[in-house]
Amino acid sequence: MANHSTSHPTHVHHHFVDSDQQFDTAKLGMWVFLVNEILFFGGLFCAYIIYRAWYPELFQMAALELNTFWGAVNTVVLIGSSLTVAMAIRSAQKDQMKGLKINLLITIGLALVFMVIKGFEYAHKFELGIFPGEYYTYEGIDHPQAAIFFSIYYMLTGVHAVHVLIGIGLIYWIYLRAKKGEFSSEYYTPVEITGLYWHLVDLIWIFLFPLLYLIE
Amino acid sequence: MLTAEVKPASTGTKKTLKVKRYKPSEDPKNTYLTDEKGLWAWMTTVDHKKIGLMYLGSVTFFFLVGGILALLLRTELLTPAKTFIEADTYNQFFTLHGAIMVFFVLIPSIPAALGNFVLPMQLGAKDVAFPRLNLASFYIYVIGAIFTFIALANNGLDTGWTFYTPYSTQSSSSVIWVTIGVFILGFSSILTGTNFIATIHKLRAPGITWGKLPLNLWALYATSIIQVLATPVLAITVLLLTMERALGIGIFDPALGGDPVLFQHFFWFYSHPAVYIMAVPAFGIISEVITTFSKKHIFGYWAIALSSLAIAFIGFLVWGHHMFTSGQSAVATTVFSFLTFLVGIPTGIKVLNWVATLYKGSIEMKTPMIYVFSFLFIFSIGGFTGIMLGTLSADIHLHDTYYVVAHFHYVMMGGTLISFLAGLHYWWPKMTGKMYNEFQAKVGAALIFIGFNTTFLPQFIMGSQGMPRRYYNYIDQFTIFHQTSTIGSYILGVGFLLIAYYLAKSLKSGEKAGSNPWGSRGLEWQTTSPPDFHNFDHTPVVINGPYDYHRPMEEFQLGLANEDKDH
Repeated sequence: MANHSTSHPTHVHHHFVDSDQQFDTAKLGMWVFLVNEILFFGGLFCAYIIYRAWYPELFQMAALELNTFWGAVNTVVLIGSSLTVAMAIRSAQKDQMKGLKINLLITIGLALVFMVIKGFEYAHKFELGIFPGEYYTYEGIDHPQAAIFFSIYYMLTGVHAVHVLIGIGLIYWIYLRAKKGEFSSEYYTPVEITGLYWHLVDLIWIFLFPLLYLIE
Repeated sequence: MLTAEVKPASTGTKKTLKVKRYKPSEDPKNTYLTDEKGLWAWMTTVDHKKIGLMYLGSVTFFFLVGGILALLLRTELLTPAKTFIEADTYNQFFTLHGAIMVFFVLIPSIPAALGNFVLPMQLGAKDVAFPRLNLASFYIYVIGAIFTFIALANNGLDTGWTFYTPYSTQSSSSVIWVTIGVFILGFSSILTGTNFIATIHKLRAPGITWGKLPLNLWALYATSIIQVLATPVLAITVLLLTMERALGIGIFDPALGGDPVLFQHFFWFYSHPAVYIMAVPAFGIISEVITTFSKKHIFGYWAIALSSLAIAFIGFLVWGHHMFTSGQSAVATTVFSFLTFLVGIPTGIKVLNWVATLYKGSIEMKTPMIYVFSFLFIFSIGGFTGIMLGTLSADIHLHDTYYVVAHFHYVMMGGTLISFLAGLHYWWPKMTGKMYNEFQAKVGAALIFIGFNTTFLPQFIMGSQGMPRRYYNYIDQFTIFHQTSTIGSYILGVGFLLIAYYLAKSLKSGEKAGSNPWGSRGLEWQTTSPPDFHNFDHTPVVINGPYDYHRPMEEFQLGLANEDKDH
């Protein structure tokens, strides 16, 4: 159904009329997907709310075991990566291909820093015997249901970490395509929608950090 | 040269376009079935029509597996004690029958198989918004299925399709394989929903405003919204259940401070809306078929369109009616009961509008229409018994009895599957270019109707008398009901075999269908049967509503004039 004018650029797929329609469609699709992501995490947040209402004192005691300093560092790191991914999109819009590639690389670097810090946090907990559920052996928290807080903690941060890893993969793929010179101010749809995804990953962490680390 | 003043979806401002009539060829040379050949071309195709057919094949396969399991179950229930299989095997069979029919047949049947095929054509688009994602969705479905089959080969599954904790965390059957399978399968559903929403918003042909959208697409739109909003909650639920079994995280385990009823809340927060993922697309098909075979404008276009969205919305607020006996608070049960009654309103609006559409119509009793009448009869019974189950005092008595089994088969099989058959018979000539044998098809439809009611009506009676669902043995007083039900299931089996036979035969020796055998005004009929790779060889322009039977056919075959054909 396209208007088959001779100016149909190569990046526009056959079933779209023009570049704008393709861009809008891709963006809408990503937003719909992000709504789905929010519902996905919503289930876990719902479990969090229920158990926090049931065992409020447990959540206060258990939150003290989490390292607020490194949690805060990670928050800054992820917000920084959201900034760089936004700058990457800006570079693409302004045809600055070098800036695009550099910003994508910085974003990947920050995401890796986040994962390394998260890894150290996990390792420290495992040393103490803070495992999820029935493998929990730590005795430092005087509460019969101490394990359940950490089950929720591991589920929330674990699922989030998987999203970070997927994000790293996606941004690296965008970087490779940028290196091949596929993008320009005319066509940067994949950069934009990957950026949207990355902002969501960041946003979820912004909720996780106070909910888990900053309970008083 | 004609002109038409229309709004293209991409810009939204009114434009005057030069149009001319494109009469579809009755004898197409190039069709989507002939332009790429070979297994590899099929497996890697991004054509929505072929992907739809691939789903159709898989859904048929799973329907066969689930159907054979159902017949085995019914055969076992011929006698009060053991008939021919062990109790453990029986538990596995009813679990697999439920899981396969819900997750692998009903959920993808209409949206992914028929919807994939007709959605872009009804929009006058060349394909869905994300064709490669569409193909990926199909393979995700296949991978989910493989996981489920690994479970089958490996201890099976005996938890019931609902995976209720705590049993599902203790069962020795392979729950994890199936929950991972369902998790993966969920993404197929989510991505299909995302794809459809984007397609309906952005890929409408010039002139298709929201008020000219076929009701089938309103229904698929509402379905897609449910898929996107509800399925992720199922994903996280089965992920938690998987972790519960693998790591004992204890979220659903009282010994660790968790709550098994929370599982039921999570599960039904998805699975109740999932009922509408199955039912709402069925409503779309009914609207299409009933107008085509009444040759009449639909009664209450906006009422039907918006009631689909209303059902989708209310459907999210009623999950608690599955837990009236699970220890929910009295306030919660009362509210859920009230909200459940509300679903009856938009559903009733639809049924009454369909019946009103028939009034003074020129009704043609072709096979798809016979299925529509079956639907109206069976689905109304299913709907009304649902209201009874939503009534608190009645539900305490009827909960977990065969009354519930009969109710959801009236809705799911009588509603979704019969509409699916209506849609399949309606679009079969468009998909294949061939007509099936009308007489055999009518016999098939009659067998399905008789077999269905013989199978499930007795279940209402024995359920109301206290026969619990899922039981392997029963007391003698229920024997006659069980035996009638089993005989009914055999009639159904014969009916489905007959359908498979004449549809397969039509592929080989069916008469040529022609582009529009039913005289429909729908856009998908204004191209060749089968369509070519791009659906239309022009850009369709739409000036009338899809059910404007008072307008001449020429006005439904317009397309942009002076297009160069160099693509």
